[in-house]
Amino acid sequence: MGKKLLLEHIDVPGIQSLNVYRQKGGYETLKKALTSMTPEQILEEVKTSGLRGRGGAGFPTGLKWSFLAKPEGVARYLVCNADESEPGTFKDRYLMEKIPHILIEGMIVSSFALGANTSYIYIRGEYFYVARILENAIAEAYEAGLLGKNIMGSGYDLDLYVQIGAGAYICGEETALLESLEGKRGNPRIKPPFPAIAGLYGCPTVVNNVETIAAVVPIVKDGGAAYAQIGIGKSTGTKLISASGHLNKPGVYEIELGLPVEEFIYSEEYCGGIKNGKQLKAVVAGGSSVPILPAHLILKTAAGEPRLMSYEGLADGGFATGTMLGSGGFIAMDEDSSIVKNLWTFSRFYHHESCGQCSPCREGTGWMEKILHKILHGHGTLADVDLLWDIQSKIEGKTICPLGDAAAWPVASAIRHFRNEFEEYVKQGHSIKDVKHYYRLNHLPEPVN
Amino acid sequence: MEKKYQFSPETMAVVQKMMGRYPEGKQKSALLPVLHLAQAEFDGWLSAEAMDYVAEVLNITPIEVYEVASFYSMYNLKPVGKCLLEVCRTSSCWLMGSEDIVHHIEKKLGIKDGETTADGQFTLKTVECLGSCGTAPMLQCGADFYENLSLEKVDTLLDNLRKDGERRTYIKDQKVNMD
Amino acid sequence: MPKVTIDGVTIEVPNGTTILEAARMIGPEVAPPTMCYYSKLETSGGYCRTCLVKVSQGSEKDPRPMPKPVASCRTQVMDGMVVENNTSPEIHEARAGVVEFLLANHPLDCPVCDQAGECHLQDLGYEHGKSETRFEFPRREFERKDIGDKIQLHMNRCILCYRCVKTADQVTDCRVHGVMNRGEVAEISTYIEKSIDNDFSGNVIDVCPVGALTDKTFRFQSRVWFTKPVDAHRDCVKCCGKVRLWYKGNEVLRVTARKDQWGEVESYDGKTGWICNTCRFDKKTTADWTIDGPSKISRHSVISANHYNSLKALKATIDRQKDALPHGEKVTLGHGALDPNNESK
Repeated sequence: MGKKLLLEHIDVPGIQSLNVYRQKGGYETLKKALTSMTPEQILEEVKTSGLRGRGGAGFPTGLKWSFLAKPEGVARYLVCNADESEPGTFKDRYLMEKIPHILIEGMIVSSFALGANTSYIYIRGEYFYVARILENAIAEAYEAGLLGKNIMGSGYDLDLYVQIGAGAYICGEETALLESLEGKRGNPRIKPPFPAIAGLYGCPTVVNNVETIAAVVPIVKDGGAAYAQIGIGKSTGTKLISASGHLNKPGVYEIELGLPVEEFIYSEEYCGGIKNGKQLKAVVAGGSSVPILPAHLILKTAAGEPRLMSYEGLADGGFATGTMLGSGGFIAMDEDSSIVKNLWTFSRFYHHESCGQCSPCREGTGWMEKILHKILHGHGTLADVDLLWDIQSKIEGKTICPLGDAAAWPVASAIRHFRNEFEEYVKQGHSIKDVKHYYRLNHLPEPVN
Repeated sequence: MEKKYQFSPETMAVVQKMMGRYPEGKQKSALLPVLHLAQAEFDGWLSAEAMDYVAEVLNITPIEVYEVASFYSMYNLKPVGKCLLEVCRTSSCWLMGSEDIVHHIEKKLGIKDGETTADGQFTLKTVECLGSCGTAPMLQCGADFYENLSLEKVDTLLDNLRKDGERRTYIKDQKVNMD
Repeated sequence: MPKVTIDGVTIEVPNGTTILEAARMIGPEVAPPTMCYYSKLETSGGYCRTCLVKVSQGSEKDPRPMPKPVASCRTQVMDGMVVENNTSPEIHEARAGVVEFLLANHPLDCPVCDQAGECHLQDLGYEHGKSETRFEFPRREFERKDIGDKIQLHMNRCILCYRCVKTADQVTDCRVHGVMNRGEVAEISTYIEKSIDNDFSGNVIDVCPVGALTDKTFRFQSRVWFTKPVDAHRDCVKCCGKVRLWYKGNEVLRVTARKDQWGEVESYDGKTGWICNTCRFDKKTTADWTIDGPSKISRHSVISANHYNSLKALKATIDRQKDALPHGEKVTLGHGALDPNNESK
């Protein structure tokens, strides 16, 4: 059994409530932080832990915190990014729904460390019912003197609010999130300045993902060094993985970073193998934005080593043969899945979610979706596949925010690894039924059992 | 003349409380949640008049409200049925058969994606990932998630929603049984 | 003061200067093209991505190159920064890509567009675009809308530069139009039929880089190259009163603000010379104005020298083809149609 830091008590009946959470040691970390630590000491622990942003980018959290400007007399904010919208990702929802107090405790400890007296949890609008769970938990915390004035007699004040979004993937980008929180369209801001200098209401702000903030609790509890012992190399600690697609046991799993992908997919402790006894064809390992990999490359690196679920492990081989850990949205596809059609659902997604501010993304995402639709319906040409490649290359790295890259990478990787399937669609159109057949026809290594 | 659009005193109290969450002069921050309240209170959609009213409440210009309301996918700028069935269509849900669910609903209700039944009971809308990938396929109706759908479950769900007859809103849990 | 090198030319600029402004200080030969940036409008720029440049050295202190091309209009120079614009093949390629994106949904009907001849997108396409489109799907279409009795919005032509929105925010006292919807279907709109009714609303026409916002009092009165621009002024209580009159014969067809070599409204003593609607729409006789003289226009446009050079080439081709025609057939061209000097007078 891998170590569980966030989900340890997930199955305890009533863990949603403050009382049960406290019985299981909840808010002891807060007490420790407020009564025996300075904000600087907490920052040091987070730095030592090697914790990296769990929302997708993997930026070192301690470093991000250390960038926060601290001008005299200016408010600072901590904003929790609970806008989880990356296709394939549902871990934050699970965590907030099942054990809301770990996020709230993390918010208070982190706000204290950053010197924020008002903090917000920005949650996607579709998670309204989760927002209510959080609000109830926050009300309990106020009631118990864990929020508000003079928390636990420490002299530290904090107000914590839940802010609801209204349907926009782009608000998961931190500056778009801040715009949205200010009651505006979710258009990403042009950086610099970064939020650490000018964020919410122009004040220094840190934006962190739900899981990142929750992870601060075990880090402060047991110390950053203990946290850094878990995991592998620069991928320290545990990570929540959202497993979906053709798996026997989809769901949210807390893994120690460094777990072999093969074990994650096939062991009974985790996903229990591919549904209906089929073979694995491909995996999108870190949410829709990261490159898709065929079975042989997700299970083993190009060098033939077992592929590990860590930031470095999944990235091994670069984009040529590797991918990214991303948000940990792990989508498995069986042998009968159409890569082209799956890609179309991704491209349709990015087309739908582009904010429209900058031209490559506004025009390019729609264009790619249209071409994929054409190919999928048997009207494509081989030149269309090349055109797709060219369009994605002209979006990547040219946009205001990372949505452009996120729209480009799935297209590039699908063509890179499954060009044969695109070509079969061009030749046969949607009459193509047995995509497995073409997968094998092209002499790619056999899917692994 | 009585105004067509006016929050109930209870909702107004919620709005006032909400505005206290933000620093002085930043009341525009309440726009997204207040629009949700307006949509729930004014028949499930935001007419131009409803948005003008929200602008008045928050002391901002109407154009600021239109710009925001038209950006986010959860605000309905046209009337919708009492139950807006939002079926997720992205990757994982598609892999697990969301297209079959959509076709089944279309056939059963005699409407296409984006349309409303003649009796005003249901509107069907396909939407992007709702963060329920491990329990795919799924649909959202109001605040409630209906997960691990099958065609049979959808039948039961639609029957129960129809029987219930209440308008669904995002701000209230009103889950019905589908098993 | 930081020193920056752009396309091999080094210049010292005040702190906080953007790469684009530094390039403009050097001159038009190194200045990247812009479609959304407008130096007179705060927070403008960053959207269109035509001014992308390569930063091959970040600064003296940290000489690492920037990993991606940056929007020169929103990136400040650092001391010792080295920038590649026209000298970088990657940037040419990226810019051609941006032009293709901007034109993907833009109608390719310049001959019937009222902006032709003074359209920045036309210039951009001419200088940086490809000769054919690879976009083969139906283009998005919108209805033409009147926003007020003097301004027409033709959304099909809009490239969402946000200039008109920022103008309304920063120059007029109440903005009633904005960007609705999002992504590919985002549009400039008043949402409900509302006219833009404000003394300075006409300036949105001057800032629009394309034919999306046009002056209804001028629409289809004349091709712009048949008009003669003349600078003039009057004492105006509302604005600076410094304008450009566009004559055809003795008739003033339209009035605009005066523009500088970057296509932006001129500044006078540090103040932008926005003009009021009275000057723009209601003063259309010579008697209303004191004439300062013919406008010095750098016709940075397809009707500029380049275009006529290509016409010369075209004429040569036609001559060659004429010679090659069998049976001595003759091609008749309108009188002076291919005379490069014909329209530039």
